[in-house]
Amino acid sequence: MTIKIDVDMSKCQHYGQCVFEAPNIFRLNNDDKLEYVAEADDSERANVEAAIDVCPMQAIFIVEK
Amino acid sequence: MTKPVVIVGASMGGLRAAEALRRFGYAGPITAIGEEPYAPYNRPPLSKEVLAKEVSHEAVAFAQRPATEDVNWILGTRAVSADLEHHTVTDSTGQVHPYSALIIATGLRPKRLQVNNSELAGRHAVRTLDDAIALRAELVPGARVVILGAGFIGCEVAATARKLGCDVTVVAPGIHPIVRPLGVELAREIQRRHEAEGVRFKMKTSVSDLIGETKISAVLLDTGEELACDVFIEAIGSDTNTEWLDGTGLDLSDGVLTDNAMRAVKTNGNVTEDVFAIGDVARFANPLFDGVARRVEHWNIPTDTAKRVGQVLAAKLNEAENWPAVLDETFAPMPSFWSDQFEMHILAFGLLALADEVKLIHGEIEGDCVFGYYRDSKMIGVCGIGLRSTVQGYRAQVGTQS
Ligand SMILES: Cc1cc2nc3c(=O)[nH]c(=O)nc-3n(C[C@H](O)[C@H](O)[C@H](O)COP(=O)(O)OP(=O)(O)OC[C@H]3O[C@@H](n4cnc5c(N)ncnc54)[C@H](O)[C@@H]3O)c2cc1C
Ligand code: SF4
Repeated sequence: MTIKIDVDMSKCQHYGQCVFEAPNIFRLNNDDKLEYVAEADDSERANVEAAIDVCPMQAIFIVEK
Repeated sequence: MTKPVVIVGASMGGLRAAEALRRFGYAGPITAIGEEPYAPYNRPPLSKEVLAKEVSHEAVAFAQRPATEDVNWILGTRAVSADLEHHTVTDSTGQVHPYSALIIATGLRPKRLQVNNSELAGRHAVRTLDDAIALRAELVPGARVVILGAGFIGCEVAATARKLGCDVTVVAPGIHPIVRPLGVELAREIQRRHEAEGVRFKMKTSVSDLIGETKISAVLLDTGEELACDVFIEAIGSDTNTEWLDGTGLDLSDGVLTDNAMRAVKTNGNVTEDVFAIGDVARFANPLFDGVARRVEHWNIPTDTAKRVGQVLAAKLNEAENWPAVLDETFAPMPSFWSDQFEMHILAFGLLALADEVKLIHGEIEGDCVFGYYRDSKMIGVCGIGLRSTVQGYRAQVGTQS
């Protein structure tokens, strides 16, 4: 099982709060911009949900298939 | 019939509490009573981009999760009293709600200026979506906007109003905006950047009266100066929404005092078993810093405290194996704050206001920079303009067990 992760980059302000909750999925690159993995193992779901909670812009979504 | 968990306050804290109860395995009924007519929504955009762009519930609403679809949301209804002995809450329609546990998430409301001409029209505050909608309608190019208060919200609104083409003056008693948490050096720089964008500051003074026939046309400062004014915005701090708990015996001296499991504490020192408080209204000691109970008005606190309650309460109601051992786990959430003003992206961790020493640790004050905040030489906070990765790099160092 995998989950699909989507970040609305028109909303994201690159605060990087998500990075602490799901470090395997989200990171800030050298330009302080968000980079993320769009597909991950289901075991990451809880971390990604925590990242959704802490995203100030509410920009992160799990795309249910 | 099983009594529901009753949550009072249907904002971020209330929503996150319902979600956390489900996540930690509580499957029973949940009722959430909220005074505002809207499903839970995100407040920070109200002083920032939403105010500049489209102000609607849709633009700021929190996504609803399947796990909380069966929560009984009673919106547009206020809790008026609680009876802790009989475990009930009474709402503004007179309905009595028995509870198995009560979660207090009633947050704050803006303090308002008390002056002779208080009843004049044209006064605003920014806490709710309705506040933002009313304010947005008046922020037209050329409007003369006076903002009383130079904290984060005052400064954000100033920047947004300026971007919308308004003529903006900030009036506040401090020496610089946001000086109390940030320290003089960074606060002075923020003022400089605001001024470079055309915001005027009248510091070390306040508003002593409002002038006008039916609507405000000017404000009178303590200095005797009169400022022409079409839109008057008060951003002078907040009061806690706890009047509905008067007479319950809870310690309400500044919000609801709780223990480390977010259980409400009475004035006689007794910890309640089934009453919890979360979010802006909760006052608790954070072992990251010390044993002093404080309210923390940062956005991550409702979520973190709600999770703590979800964990503790689900274990209790489910009579789970980890009950009551879960009470002994240490809860020490890292306060986290951000703010956007013009091109400044401010990010902070910790409790900056506790610092006895503030110093520049990266970059240059005129550009992107990071400041460290120290108490007794220990880092208790970090704050940067830009340089987010650098700020984040310090997060793990912030706060030390007392
Ligand atoms: C304009 C603005 C900008 C902000 N920007 C930032 C930011 O950039 N960064 C940051 O970290 N934080 C920011 N914050 C702070 C953050 O939004 C708050 O910390 C957060 O909203 C607190 O959530 P809460 O659920 O505890 O309380 P609240 O959001 O205040 O919710 C309390 C709810 O309870 C309801 N209520 C009150 N009394 C009763 C009653 N008797 N019965 C029923 N319901 C009741 C209220 O109507 C309200 O809906 C900002 C806040 C505002 C207002
Ligand atoms: S927390 Fe949200 S806004 Fe911040 S970087 Fe992650 S997705 Fe972007």
